[in-house]
Amino acid sequence: MPLSLEEIQRIANLSKLAFDESQSLAMQSKINSFFELVEQMDAVDTAGVEPLFHPVSVVQEIALRLQDDVADTGNHRAGNMQNAPAAENGYFLVPKVIE
Amino acid sequence: MSQAPLHQQSVRELTTALRQRDVSATEVAQHFLDRSKAHPELAAYLALDEAATLAQAQAADQRLAAGTAGALEGLPLAHKDIFVTKDFASTAASKMLQGYRSPFDATVVRKLADAGVVTLGKVSCDEFAMGSGNENTAVAPVGAAAAAPVRNPWDASRVPGGSSGGSAAAVAAGLAPAATGTDTGGSIRQPAAFCGITGIKPTYGRVSRYGMIAFASSLDQAGPMARSAEDCALLLSAMAGPDPERDSTSLNTPAEDFSLQLNESIDGLRIGVPAEFFGEGIDADVRTAIDAALKEYEKLGAKLVPVALPRTELSIPVYYIIAPAEASSNLSRFDGVKFGHRAKDYADLQEMYVNTRTEGFGDEVKRRIMVGAYVLSHGYYDAYYLKALKIRRIIANDFQNAFKDCDVIAGPVAPSVAWAIGEKANDPVANYLADIFTLPASLAGLPGMSLPVGLGAGGMPVGLQLIGNYLQESKLLNVAHRFQQATDFHLQRPAGF
Amino acid sequence: MTAPKLINGYEVVIGFETHAQLATNSKIFSRAAIGFGAEPNTHTSALDCALPGTLPVMNKHAVAHAIRLGLALGSHVAPVSIFARKNYFYPDLPKGYQISQFEIPVVQGGEVSFFLGDEKKTVRLVRAHLEEDAGKSVHDQFPGESGIDLNRAGTPLLEIVTEPDIRSSEEAVAYAKELHKIVTWIGICDGNMQEGNFRCDANVSVRKPGAPLGTRREIKNLNSFRNMQIAIDYEIRWQIEQIEDGYDIQQATVLFNPDTGETRAMRTKEDSADYRYFPDPDLPPLVIAPEWVEQVKAEMPELPRQMAERFVRDYSLPEYDATIVTQSRAMGAYFEDAAKTSGQAKLVSNWIMGEVSRRLNNEEIGIEAAPVQPAALAALIGRIVDNTISNNAAKQVFEALWNAPTASGQSALGEITVAGQLSVDAIIESKGLKQMNDTGALEAIIDEVMANNAANVEQYRAGKDKAFNALVGQVMKASKGKANPAQVNALLKAKLG
Repeated sequence: MPLSLEEIQRIANLSKLAFDESQSLAMQSKINSFFELVEQMDAVDTAGVEPLFHPVSVVQEIALRLQDDVADTGNHRAGNMQNAPAAENGYFLVPKVIE
Repeated sequence: MSQAPLHQQSVRELTTALRQRDVSATEVAQHFLDRSKAHPELAAYLALDEAATLAQAQAADQRLAAGTAGALEGLPLAHKDIFVTKDFASTAASKMLQGYRSPFDATVVRKLADAGVVTLGKVSCDEFAMGSGNENTAVAPVGAAAAAPVRNPWDASRVPGGSSGGSAAAVAAGLAPAATGTDTGGSIRQPAAFCGITGIKPTYGRVSRYGMIAFASSLDQAGPMARSAEDCALLLSAMAGPDPERDSTSLNTPAEDFSLQLNESIDGLRIGVPAEFFGEGIDADVRTAIDAALKEYEKLGAKLVPVALPRTELSIPVYYIIAPAEASSNLSRFDGVKFGHRAKDYADLQEMYVNTRTEGFGDEVKRRIMVGAYVLSHGYYDAYYLKALKIRRIIANDFQNAFKDCDVIAGPVAPSVAWAIGEKANDPVANYLADIFTLPASLAGLPGMSLPVGLGAGGMPVGLQLIGNYLQESKLLNVAHRFQQATDFHLQRPAGF
Repeated sequence: MTAPKLINGYEVVIGFETHAQLATNSKIFSRAAIGFGAEPNTHTSALDCALPGTLPVMNKHAVAHAIRLGLALGSHVAPVSIFARKNYFYPDLPKGYQISQFEIPVVQGGEVSFFLGDEKKTVRLVRAHLEEDAGKSVHDQFPGESGIDLNRAGTPLLEIVTEPDIRSSEEAVAYAKELHKIVTWIGICDGNMQEGNFRCDANVSVRKPGAPLGTRREIKNLNSFRNMQIAIDYEIRWQIEQIEDGYDIQQATVLFNPDTGETRAMRTKEDSADYRYFPDPDLPPLVIAPEWVEQVKAEMPELPRQMAERFVRDYSLPEYDATIVTQSRAMGAYFEDAAKTSGQAKLVSNWIMGEVSRRLNNEEIGIEAAPVQPAALAALIGRIVDNTISNNAAKQVFEALWNAPTASGQSALGEITVAGQLSVDAIIESKGLKQMNDTGALEAIIDEVMANNAANVEQYRAGKDKAFNALVGQVMKASKGKANPAQVNALLKAKLG
């Protein structure tokens, strides 16, 4: 089904993106022309078919690898924060969060 | 030592010459640095750092002198800017990551460095690897003031393919002997085809994804791009292998020497030919080159057997639901808090988020985030995302049925040769449709490769796609290598390079 | 189950969600060290900061803890469970999604049983799932801005969710205390509520008996049992008043303010309506082999429930007593030690529930730190049983033992042991608390008293029972309180004929 402009707005809010009116219209038409391709999926009978998350699981059992609980006690703050847009006293800074 | 100029030598020739000390790693690095800087018009490089590269080359020369050289010691190579690197900025060609410096190297980068590879620089790609033409870039290439699409060395008015377009153009133009690429829906195979080089996307999980800036986690896979299958085998042997401490989706299958089977005979090889890959969608010039290649294989003793991949067309909607869904979540970390772009103006936290992401992402990235968030959102998950994952299994099962009757599957990489820059720029769906032949193997997680098999319209290269069963990379490379032993398409170069 | 008590004609319905921080060295998906109160962002890996290219790798110990909890609560430990992404933007959520478990959690079902007064209650569990904690925002250090500290980000949590089986604030607190006892008993959580390592959220609603469930409000982060009771009571009253005043209850998340003792609705998190959960493509299914569950089972300590049942069986303790003396592993061990030594299980539990608990509570120490250790309590009880001292005298001895400078009381009965250490008998001796059990001496006293109080003797014989008591009093006085009252009565009666 085609997306309404309201849905475009709702998804934009979820995605933390903003579009002006003309951008919303362009987004709407491009997304909807893609969803025309999606309609052919309706014809496929997927009853009893398991979704495929990890492709190779088609031929071998894929299980989560677990790692031993050995802590790296090094302090990597400098490297981890070297790209921070705003930081002070070892904190990342953001506009005040209101609870 | 081969008398051809360094940039016309293969990886095997270069590494041999280096090991024999016929040439130093520093000389080789300098040669490719000079060529890379001499061709800014291709817009292939997003980052070059002569000092960093030469430092690596000198270290390689010391190891060569000390006799502690790795398998690829001194070989210069360009990394797709999707891999994070300590020595070069890592941007994914996005304004969002302009100037980003990673505190660590991607596993692929580290493994190649351990083998002695010298990093030439970072090459362009579609923003966050989302695109088929390398037209979606937001970072200015080396020697340019503004972002620019990568140009195809065979015809500068055409795209090099994408998303690994910078890698393909750099190798085709001899700006690098080889490059890394990543393939989510065809991003190694299609640019390799468009630029007349050889590239392989391994089985999903063969190569660690650690340090690859994530696009679609269940599809992303790194691989080498070079002139020949032989060169790809050398590189893949150094790239592949489990990464248990860093990537939970990397397979336990140990790395292997992918060169061992290169010369095995392909007499009696059964090549599956899916009718769905040869329908009306495919251009005549491409069809002609592919048919000729299949004939050549018959000459080499292979048998062509018809196979069916009935859901080939469905792979387009299925892929363009699954990949954006994963991307919409993977790209949520780009919020202006920890790294990357942050908007200048905002009144509060919510505005900071929205302005940062609206400014930082390009149109195609935004479209995919929107589609992805939509198909995962309440009330649509089952109808779109879950349904797509179920059809994905059906597509994977179709391949398993096909492989009952054949050893490898062959067909075109793309329905056409490289198109003109701008031709499809404003028509995303047209771009999506052009991915039809590479998407099925991506969804199934199968290894696939592209090798040049001739020239089509406008003298543009045509690529043959070979798809193997899981973990059959050695077989694929063997099949491609035998073809390249009998033909010279992979040796042809664009005029002026 | 008895009928739930009503408040102003309303039935209270409460469900619990508890976040127990798992005791591990490293985080759930990275190997950064767990660090409470450390310098901001010093306990972070690249993954905890969501740097591009990082991928999660699961902590084995956290899974073992989940299995342990499942076994302790009689739950089903899922052989396969799935990690999912919960997508929302928040500054302390570095990836823009939280890795949790959604459709298929690792622990399914189970129950928690406990005593409310002497009524046994059972609360059914829906599930317990593994997830990562978020970081911390500090709002008071930077004018106009909040600081983000990701040390806590990625700390392993088990979220334990109940059915709405709880019917009062008292029952809620009793449930929370029992769950707290279990997680600390089996060593998967340190239970520190102040540091937020055991966080309870209560979903509270009210309804007329038999009516469908009312709209619930979730009270977040109740960080002490005391606040829990106050907050829930306040919330119940508030909801009933709203309904009585003709308002509807709006579903909301509310915060408890310990200073005012009130709850207030939180500003609802934006987009919380649509988290777009989907299986995390970076994490294959968590597979738990039956052998692993068996191995964990073999390493499990005896659980409080089992220990209590054993105490009922082996020491014929009342079920109520058994539950009380298994409040902690240390108390269970204390009881069993004293009960074995004294052979007086019921008396031991009386003393533990009485004097011992009273002193422990006054001094806010655990039983393992009690100055009176099991051997001493056993010795004391031994002296009550053999009539050496009365109950009142025993209390004095207990006080003396408790207050004695270095008294551990860990001595064989009777004689002074290590210098300064008082033994039970030494105290009885020094305080002269021994009962007079020597019949001869007692008879002499009685004869003397009867001789000196002929009047009372006459009155008694004339049928005045009061006079008897007067004589008993005289005898006790004459014996300086050491006579055994029962014995006095018997002998006196006999002599008075």
